[in-house]
Amino acid sequence: MREVLNVAKGVAWRQVHLFFTNPSFLLPSLLFPLFFFTAFVGGLSRIREVPGFNFPLGYTAFQFVFVLLQSAAFSGVFTGFGIARDFETGFMRRLMLAAPKRSGIVLGYTISALVRWLTVISVVTAVAFLAQMKIGGGGVDLFGLYLLGLLLSIAGTMWSAGVAMRLRSQQAFPVMQMPVFILLFFAPVYVPLNLLEGWIHGVATVNPITPLLEEGRGLISGDPTRTLLSFAIALGLVGGFALWAARGLKRAEAAG
Amino acid sequence: MQIAVLQATTLGRRAVVRTARQPANVVFPLIFPMLLLAVNAGGLKAETQLPGFPTNSFLAFALAVPFVQGALLATVNANVEFARDIQTGFLNRLALTPVRGLVLLVGQLGGLLTIALVQALFYLVVGVAFGVRLETGVAGALLLLLLEAMIALAFASFGCWAALRTGSTEAVQGLFPVFFVFLFLSSMNIPRNLIETDWFRWVATINPVSYLIEAVRSLVIADWHWETIGLGFGVATAMSLVGFALASRALIERMART
Repeated sequence: MREVLNVAKGVAWRQVHLFFTNPSFLLPSLLFPLFFFTAFVGGLSRIREVPGFNFPLGYTAFQFVFVLLQSAAFSGVFTGFGIARDFETGFMRRLMLAAPKRSGIVLGYTISALVRWLTVISVVTAVAFLAQMKIGGGGVDLFGLYLLGLLLSIAGTMWSAGVAMRLRSQQAFPVMQMPVFILLFFAPVYVPLNLLEGWIHGVATVNPITPLLEEGRGLISGDPTRTLLSFAIALGLVGGFALWAARGLKRAEAAG
Repeated sequence: MQIAVLQATTLGRRAVVRTARQPANVVFPLIFPMLLLAVNAGGLKAETQLPGFPTNSFLAFALAVPFVQGALLATVNANVEFARDIQTGFLNRLALTPVRGLVLLVGQLGGLLTIALVQALFYLVVGVAFGVRLETGVAGALLLLLLEAMIALAFASFGCWAALRTGSTEAVQGLFPVFFVFLFLSSMNIPRNLIETDWFRWVATINPVSYLIEAVRSLVIADWHWETIGLGFGVATAMSLVGFALASRALIERMART
């Protein structure tokens, strides 16, 4: 266990150092969620006037929850990009040779993804408050909201780590990114589920991200309704993708 | 003159063939804008219930976006390849041949225009297949393709400038988020007169991408609205001229260095 933690500490430190010292890593992670938040809140705020839109806190809080979850998932995806890059540059091969317990490598990347997300979401939260976002929930509700994001960030990292370890090339970027993008945007992003019509309503109803989004919006307004289901889904995603990442690691080890 | 045309055609064909040989560069610009269209058309359909919304089909309203987005994607992909030519020394070797700088630029832009037009046709066919009827009819569709060519040329000339100025594939790839910001801070999802937030409406008004989108949209949903169409063509032409001038200057500097 100590060896796993030592490896994780080393990998996490390297990734976090890279993240904070290289603007080409820091800026996209920071700017994309901010930019989505600004564009959606600024451009689409009149959607709250659509009949049937009954979210009590206004459109800023409604979109904040989506951006929180989106930034969480994408912090994992961006970390996966880093893993793929490390494979292509040969760094990962040297890392695997040096690490006494290789599961620490995945853990290290996961820790760095969490640091990355916590940094990003702190900035987004500050901007949301500057934009006069209203909060209806209490401390426990908000803790639940951020915990949901944290779990999604871990799930996103495990997913993209699994892909990166199987494909071991930067060509894997779309494979990591597209499914996450599709899952996130095929949920009720712009309006509540009851206002979606046609095929998108059907897709959003079975999309596992929808309960997370609805729970997040419930938590921020102090009226959570899908707590058990959403946390079960989040934990299930973490568990399933952890297995996926572990098997990916085995494949990468076997490939040499 | 005939030789210059032959050289430009050869370079243009090379740009097209090189893109066609990389499936990711063909499929992604076709599928990604359609995916975003599907998401927005489904998710924002409720917006058509707002008083003053110009159409009751959000799909028709949003169909303009893939045309601009597709031009952006094609530009980034093609100019990444152009930057690779610089990185690998292909441009240096080309400089030793009798090909003139201007021809090189025209060939590169011509290849990109071809790709953008193929994409535009695809978006148009998909839109029509899902029930969108152009208010301006067949003539409008032809004008739409012409406008798409102008839009692609506008973005492409700026992409060429970036490629020539930096000679770096990463720098050109870095243009994508910048272009994307322009796209999202425009009237892509809602008409400007319905934007409630003052600063956003102001940004969308000074953002040239709004006028490109609105011109395409006008041909789809608003019959012959010449002021909007003219503004779209005007903005695209102005952007092309500025971009082309910058790219030509950068090309001279790049050739002088080699």
